[in-house]
Amino acid sequence: MSNGKTSSIGASLVRRGRWRIPEIFFWVVAAGALFVLPDYLLLLNEIAIIGLFAISLDLILGYAGIISLGHGAFFGLGAYVAGLLAKYATGEPLVGLVLAAFAAAVLGFLTSFLVLRGADLSKLMVTLGISLVLYEIANQVSWLTGGADGLQGITVNPIFGKFEFDIFGTTSYAYSLGVTFLLFVIARRLVVSPFGLSLRSIRDNPLRARAVGIPADRRLVAIYTLAAAYAGVAGALLAQTTQFVSLDVLSFNRSADVLLVLVIGGVGYLYGGLLGAIIFKVLQDTLANITPQYWQFWIGLVLVVIVLVGRERLTHWPRTFWERLAGRLVRPSKRLRTRPVREV
Amino acid sequence: MEAALETKGLVKRFGGLPATDNVSFRLEQGARHALIGPNGAGKTTFINLLTGVLPPSSGQIFLEGQEITRLRPEQRVRRGLARTFQINQLFPAMTPLETLALTVSERVGGGRDWWRVIGTRPEIVDGVIEVAERFRLTDVLDERTSSLAYGKQRLLEMAVAFACRPRVLLLDEPAAGVPEAERDELLATIAALPRDVSVLLIEHDMDLVFSFANRISVLVNGALFTEGTVQEVSSDPRVRAVYLGEGFDA
Amino acid sequence: MLTILFDGIAYGMLLFVLACGLAVTLGLMNFVNLAHGAFAMAGGYITAVLMNRYGVPFLAALPLAFIGPALIGLVLERTLYARLYNSSHLDQVLFSIGLVFMAITAVDYTMGSQQQLIQLPAWLEGRVDVLGISIGRYRSFIIVVCGVLVVVLQLILTQTRFGSQLRAAVDDPRVARGLGINVSLIFAATFAFGSGLAGLGGALATEILGLDPTFPLKFLIYFLIVVTVGGATSIIGPFFASLLLGIADVAGKYYVPGFGAFVIYTFMIVVLVLRPQGLFARTP
Repeated sequence: MSNGKTSSIGASLVRRGRWRIPEIFFWVVAAGALFVLPDYLLLLNEIAIIGLFAISLDLILGYAGIISLGHGAFFGLGAYVAGLLAKYATGEPLVGLVLAAFAAAVLGFLTSFLVLRGADLSKLMVTLGISLVLYEIANQVSWLTGGADGLQGITVNPIFGKFEFDIFGTTSYAYSLGVTFLLFVIARRLVVSPFGLSLRSIRDNPLRARAVGIPADRRLVAIYTLAAAYAGVAGALLAQTTQFVSLDVLSFNRSADVLLVLVIGGVGYLYGGLLGAIIFKVLQDTLANITPQYWQFWIGLVLVVIVLVGRERLTHWPRTFWERLAGRLVRPSKRLRTRPVREV
Repeated sequence: MEAALETKGLVKRFGGLPATDNVSFRLEQGARHALIGPNGAGKTTFINLLTGVLPPSSGQIFLEGQEITRLRPEQRVRRGLARTFQINQLFPAMTPLETLALTVSERVGGGRDWWRVIGTRPEIVDGVIEVAERFRLTDVLDERTSSLAYGKQRLLEMAVAFACRPRVLLLDEPAAGVPEAERDELLATIAALPRDVSVLLIEHDMDLVFSFANRISVLVNGALFTEGTVQEVSSDPRVRAVYLGEGFDA
Repeated sequence: MLTILFDGIAYGMLLFVLACGLAVTLGLMNFVNLAHGAFAMAGGYITAVLMNRYGVPFLAALPLAFIGPALIGLVLERTLYARLYNSSHLDQVLFSIGLVFMAITAVDYTMGSQQQLIQLPAWLEGRVDVLGISIGRYRSFIIVVCGVLVVVLQLILTQTRFGSQLRAAVDDPRVARGLGINVSLIFAATFAFGSGLAGLGGALATEILGLDPTFPLKFLIYFLIVVTVGGATSIIGPFFASLLLGIADVAGKYYVPGFGAFVIYTFMIVVLVLRPQGLFARTP
């Protein structure tokens, strides 16, 4: 076996795992905003939370091809678990995160089997149905959840015992950003791993994926559970940083919004969730200032326009940029040289 | 000697119609066996039954003596049964490099690995190179599968099946739709398959059948019509009658 | 209990009229149109406005509740929907969600967010005692109207040329085109008709289900349940599914008030898992 070929092919595969300058730049800027934009920290906190939520949806939609209209179920469950824990048991935020993630993961695992079967419409309906069931439950047990009034009286301890949650959102944003970054790193590692590649293959051609020995069902259950856990963490962050949980976290609007966020940013390359969160939140903020009651109209319009123009066309630039960075689309001049290298 | 692949009384009914009619078939170790038959004879259905894509109505399937009738497709692949599809079933958005790396990594058990970046295990890279060279894909490893020439896609289709290191390989009309200019490459690749892999070939192209196979089974209306060596089958007047002018010249 | 059965049947038939357009669109164009409820809402609002602002009698408003949404549907189908027939289901979902958001907020803006109330004509109000069962007049009216509609629909589908062309197009659009059937025309006509039916259903539903800007999303799940449980390959399937759903919902809300909604959702999930193509669909 010639070393030259081995190393260049190996290198080509490994290259996609490495972090790129623009990525590092992105996160440095995100962290820097903590100091540079003190007036916007509450907004940035929401962006981080929605970004994490959108990443969790990307894991199942972009990488596993499951269309979900009910991803808010996990988000909402995480929010309520964290909120209830802080209210009745302990205000320790990290414990809340872990428990929320666990609860959402359990729900995700149990419901994943329902999502395995059936066509797109079935998946849509089952996911929608599950989130509606959860909404009803939360509504019915209003003695626990606060019902339509929402869960109030949540107090959260300082993080690591030192960093208190202030009204400006400094701790909130740092906290949310930190958690989001950590989970992002894990997700990024996962999508370039053999596991991640197998997910994409299941999405692209489930018949062929099985025909190369991939246990498709098991993989889908695994990623669905993980994505549910991520969404649960995002919900917990919301509960802890805003110290309030309303029924809205389980509503259809939430699930539709996160889908929109991901679609705006672009499905299937992780950063789409973050970019979409930024665009969506900024858009929403601006629109809400102009028309506080009817900004959803413009959101709907944006959605319609995006689809008519073509999602692929809109997100073409960032995605191609990303794929070039990741070494997956190589310009002809840089094509892999695999002519045999004679060892002397 | 134990058969590489065997079926006993395999039946598949759709409604009242038997698409596969009591087929008892043996693929010997190291065989170069061709399955032919008129259009609609049920050849692809048979392959789908063998690979687990379709569940049988009754009957049994054995892979190297072990019964696999109840196993799911991916489980059969792990036991050493791989196939190509009549119409390419590839991953359009992935490159051949990724496709092969994925297949090899699944085979060596790295499929569950979610932490390691793909490509850091040398045996995966070596496996990819070996298959890519055998199937003449080294030049196009980094191109999107959807943009490859059809002949190359067909080679990739076979490469993927081969990368599973199967003991039994089922080829479903590998030459179908391949332009004249790219056929030789394809045929040479098929001829060069290693001897320890048992191959069942479904084909209409009789040149390929004659040059490749040493045994032929004929499937008609879902049932095994006749079986024998190339000489026997090609000189059998009943077989010619069944084909009636489908380019069957001997 | 028989009253509940009766009310359930009325509710079910209403659901059928509302949802059958969606079933046909899905079965015919394989298009996931989550905005279907918006056409129902349009029909309801048209009726409310005509009756409340212009004094149009209820029965006279009903045909207009059909025609209005049918026209809107026709225009939208030709201009927007037709472009997305070959798009992915995700795109269709996103598009129709966007449309619904726009419709809901537009109606909220123009008509306000309060519930629309209409005054039924005197002969439709109140209850009648038939064989010891208390039967609502309005619900009887609904059963009659919807029943007639079902029969008419089934006749059109099975006895007319348009019906057989439609069935051919549902079965295989490509082959249908090859046979010279104008599939685009059929799509447009069917979509318009389905939207009109939804509008009519919305008008009829105003009294029973309540009408406000959130109508399309509130009842979306019901429409989807009818379609998925009933299958999209016929109208008999959705018909029985609607009846089942109507009775289950009414009974559930009566006997187990807190958890009536769960009955429906759980039922749907169970059906989808066991028979993804629907309870009543033909097995392919």
